[in-house]
Amino acid sequence: MLSRTADNLYWLARYMERAETAARLLEVGARISLLPTEQGYRNEWDSLLRSTGSADGFAKKYGEAVQRNIESFLFFDRDNPSSVASSITAARENGRIVRTALTTQVWDALNTAFQELRQIERAPRSELELSRLTDWTMKHAAMVRGAIDATLLRGDGYNFLNLGYYLERGDATARLMDVKYYVLLPRAGYVGTGADNDQWMMLLRALSANRAFHWAYGGEITAAKIAHFLILNPQCPRSLITCVAGANNHLSRVAKLYGQSSQAQTRATALLTLLEQSTPETIFDEGLHDFLSRFIGLTADLAVSINDTYLSGDMA
Amino acid sequence: MTPSFNEMYQNGEVRIPYARLEEWTRGMSPALRTQKQAEAEALFRRIGITFAVYGEGGDPDRLIPFDMFPRVFTAMEWARLERGIKQRARALNAFLVDVYGRGEIVRAGRIPAALVYQNEAYEKSVVGFVPPKGVYSHIVGIDIVRTGPNDFFVLEDNCRTPSGVSYMLESREMMMRMFPHLFRENRIQPVDRYHSLLRRTLNSVAPAKCTGEPTVVILTPGHFNSAYYEHSFLADLMGVELVEGADLFVDGAFVYMRTTEGPRKVDVIYRRIDDAYLDPLCFRPDSMLGIPGLMDVYRSGGVTICSAPGAGVADDKAVYTYVPEMVRFYLGEEPILNNVPTWQCAKSDDLKHVLENLADLVVKEVHGSGGYGMLVGPKSTKAEVEDFRHKILANPGNYIAQPTLALSATPTFVDEGIAPRHVDLRPYCLVGETIELVPGGLTRVALREGSLVVNSSQGGGVKDTWVLAE
Repeated sequence: MLSRTADNLYWLARYMERAETAARLLEVGARISLLPTEQGYRNEWDSLLRSTGSADGFAKKYGEAVQRNIESFLFFDRDNPSSVASSITAARENGRIVRTALTTQVWDALNTAFQELRQIERAPRSELELSRLTDWTMKHAAMVRGAIDATLLRGDGYNFLNLGYYLERGDATARLMDVKYYVLLPRAGYVGTGADNDQWMMLLRALSANRAFHWAYGGEITAAKIAHFLILNPQCPRSLITCVAGANNHLSRVAKLYGQSSQAQTRATALLTLLEQSTPETIFDEGLHDFLSRFIGLTADLAVSINDTYLSGDMA
Repeated sequence: MTPSFNEMYQNGEVRIPYARLEEWTRGMSPALRTQKQAEAEALFRRIGITFAVYGEGGDPDRLIPFDMFPRVFTAMEWARLERGIKQRARALNAFLVDVYGRGEIVRAGRIPAALVYQNEAYEKSVVGFVPPKGVYSHIVGIDIVRTGPNDFFVLEDNCRTPSGVSYMLESREMMMRMFPHLFRENRIQPVDRYHSLLRRTLNSVAPAKCTGEPTVVILTPGHFNSAYYEHSFLADLMGVELVEGADLFVDGAFVYMRTTEGPRKVDVIYRRIDDAYLDPLCFRPDSMLGIPGLMDVYRSGGVTICSAPGAGVADDKAVYTYVPEMVRFYLGEEPILNNVPTWQCAKSDDLKHVLENLADLVVKEVHGSGGYGMLVGPKSTKAEVEDFRHKILANPGNYIAQPTLALSATPTFVDEGIAPRHVDLRPYCLVGETIELVPGGLTRVALREGSLVVNSSQGGGVKDTWVLAE
């Protein structure tokens, strides 16, 4: 497969996953904006934006975190590279470039999302319920994902798409957790209190994982349980270990396909081993923030390896 | 101007190939028609059959208007066209091999030396080089117009990289999807072999240094190019990689593409970029699109480029006049398809005639394309004609003139119902080890009433083109 094709597929997946992340943040952000101000929930919104590295951009352009501004920023704003509109457009453009590496169904799902997005952009904002925007994004992200799983040849292209999905997802989970933990940390006195509970709930909601969490653990929400769920539990679809195991799996498949192992694969395996050997206790001993920073750094190294080995075409 | 030939009627009667279509349209209510038209548009958009226009604002993905009323040829009409097209494609290639070799046709005085050797499209860097199988132009698009039941004329030849074949294939898909019964009732010859024939043609011209199954690629300027859809469509149908210049590099005697498994040798490049952008070392040094060193590999037989650099000299509008002469000279045959009578303003007698009859003629720039920079005398105001007269006088060699042909028309769906609109035809002839032509082509239709310009940039649309079986 052409390196450029692999690169486009990888980014197609990253952008689709990013669109979904933006939609989830939008849902949570809007929820926050409905809560009473006196309890300091507005900071929540700021911290969520901080996780995508776009808090300053938002403040500069919009100022106040009211629902309409949040919607504009996370859904419509083309100046925000992580907005739903930007991400879906970029995913579709990547797809258009490698049209031949996609099945009709995958292209159709991608192109339909883009065409509908253009309609949404033309519709009067008063007719667009927030829930419609988020549901719409989730639905189309799922349709693209589903078309890939149901129709795409399990060749190298499939593996590069999945690498994009897993890396983007793992990164988003780690950043969201990191930001939340950072906000919580200085107020150690609150840990275990009602306010703290709500903060963690918000985090689970931002990862579409609040129901799943209760099914898996039950009882009181604690920081240790949440850390376990979002970092170490292979049942959680967005946990760090799930994402790393997924990336590792697809790198192994590529290596097997090409009959040649790579530095990327070595790095992914090492990262997986690190997670497998961790417990909530070792993580909290190291410090959650330090652990997550380390993880984010290692994931970035992995992405660089993947790029150097497969996507840049500079192997020659 | 004589009234134009309507391909559906003759002496007031419906011609046989159109008989079933007449019944079909009578049974179609305006509501059904609107619905089908919307369906077609939605399908084109969904599949992504658009041409991209960036930098003009608005929707970057434009649709070429698709007319559902097919254009029909009988088997007999087509048999003659096919012989004529293949004959012309052979002669054009023989001419190219000759003018980059000994130049016999020039020595014999059958075509002026200056016209060939001083032509902008004459590529000095390939003089003396004979491409594999002696083929310069592998895909020859010949634009044909009709003026009567048996009168066909070649308007121009496209020897470089004629586009539009995806519309031929997709228009057929669309018609079969929307009106399957038409294909049960009429015996329409299929065109869907085109991509396998193209692949076979490209394989057949692999360089001598290639052993085993050749690796074929399509070279595109990139996804911002207006014909990108066609490039990716053809790559997909043939199962070959669609590459950009940056995906290829030269190492030693060969060209390689960058893949996830490392470099892979490329044997045949079907390029959809102009000569000037192929190799910055040989042509334009400012080109970002080309592959440095490509021409050296090409000339040493390490890779085949389709169409071959330099092929453009055969489809120059001034050289066009001599194509019938090429047929006689190289093939010893009489041309089956005629040229449109053409006056070359470079010749003083011709220039005199052109200036005296300017209001009745079509005048074109020798190197122009896309329907730009031309004068359609009968459709122009006096001022426009006079304005053009000055342009011609300023640089006569830049212009040719032709009589205004009464282009045939075929029934077309328009706002008011069904009305005749002028059409032309571009079949795609494939030249490799053998010469192949699928029964059909791209019919372009001038959707504006009375208009003779079929280019999509000037309000043209496309139709499905049927060739009936015997």
